[in-house]
Amino acid sequence: MSEHIVSPKIYILIFAVLMVLTITTVYAATVDLNAYFHSLNVIVALVIATCKAILVILFFMHAYYSSKRTKLIVFAGFFWLAIMLSLTLGDYATRSWDVH
Amino acid sequence: MWIFLSTEILFFGGLFLTYTINRHTYADVFSFSSRTIKLSWGAINTVVLIGSSLTMAMSVWSAQVGRKKLVTFFLVATLVLGTVFLGIKGIEYHDKFVEHHVPGLNFDMYYCTNNPGACNLSPEDLAKEKVELDELTKKMGGENSVNANSQLFFSLYFGMTGLHALHMIIGAALLLWLIKQSMSGRFAAQYNTPVENVGLYWHFVDIVWIYLFPLLYLIDRH
Repeated sequence: MSEHIVSPKIYILIFAVLMVLTITTVYAATVDLNAYFHSLNVIVALVIATCKAILVILFFMHAYYSSKRTKLIVFAGFFWLAIMLSLTLGDYATRSWDVH
Repeated sequence: MWIFLSTEILFFGGLFLTYTINRHTYADVFSFSSRTIKLSWGAINTVVLIGSSLTMAMSVWSAQVGRKKLVTFFLVATLVLGTVFLGIKGIEYHDKFVEHHVPGLNFDMYYCTNNPGACNLSPEDLAKEKVELDELTKKMGGENSVNANSQLFFSLYFGMTGLHALHMIIGAALLLWLIKQSMSGRFAAQYNTPVENVGLYWHFVDIVWIYLFPLLYLIDRH
């Protein structure tokens, strides 16, 4: 393991930001944002979740301080996920045999 | 460890994909079903689990700076928070059993509204649920299609949260193993790879929950 010691201050700061984001997403869910823009509630929830996930990956999981090789593997994992999601959903969205 | 986690990303990714497609296809029923899950337990569990990620990260730090007693302390704290999470999940599952929302035998979305007092719901919530349910039944053209589609939602709900809970249980077992070693002072500045790797696994499980929480509890709440 690459040895960069992350200080407790950073961990606590990240934890505090994650808590603020959690409160924000719960609050945002109670407001009807869809009235402003199609599916805005889902978009806001997923953007906040992604911000939280990125913070966890970069700091709790030390990806920010990792070697280039580790970063590549982290990136590759999510890249394959992106391929799976985008191609499948793209297919569903553009085919006429969709059930509805 | 990251290579293993990459396979886990796709493992859970497939479930998220299935959920997304079905939620889109059966939007009305999924939206109603997700509102029958209690938001408060999900929100509390999010805080608990992120808190356990903090204590896990702190135990990695303690090992790196050679504070052996602190390593054990933070590992135990992580285990306690993980157990609290599973306990709350158990309460939620119990509620769903009582409400007849578990797919399979006795599944009935109309159970609570047809049997007032049988479910742990306030009269206002029950009245609101009845109005929504009547509207939904009309829209879907009958109780059978509501039950069929909501059963799909709850199959995914139990499948996804169940798989997540299984990962937590495995994580808890790994923590016990780490605690045993750390009590004999094994982890210090020179050697702490097991703590680091179990930490990565634990944070990954946290990330899965970070997505499960909005998708299952939040997006249809307004």
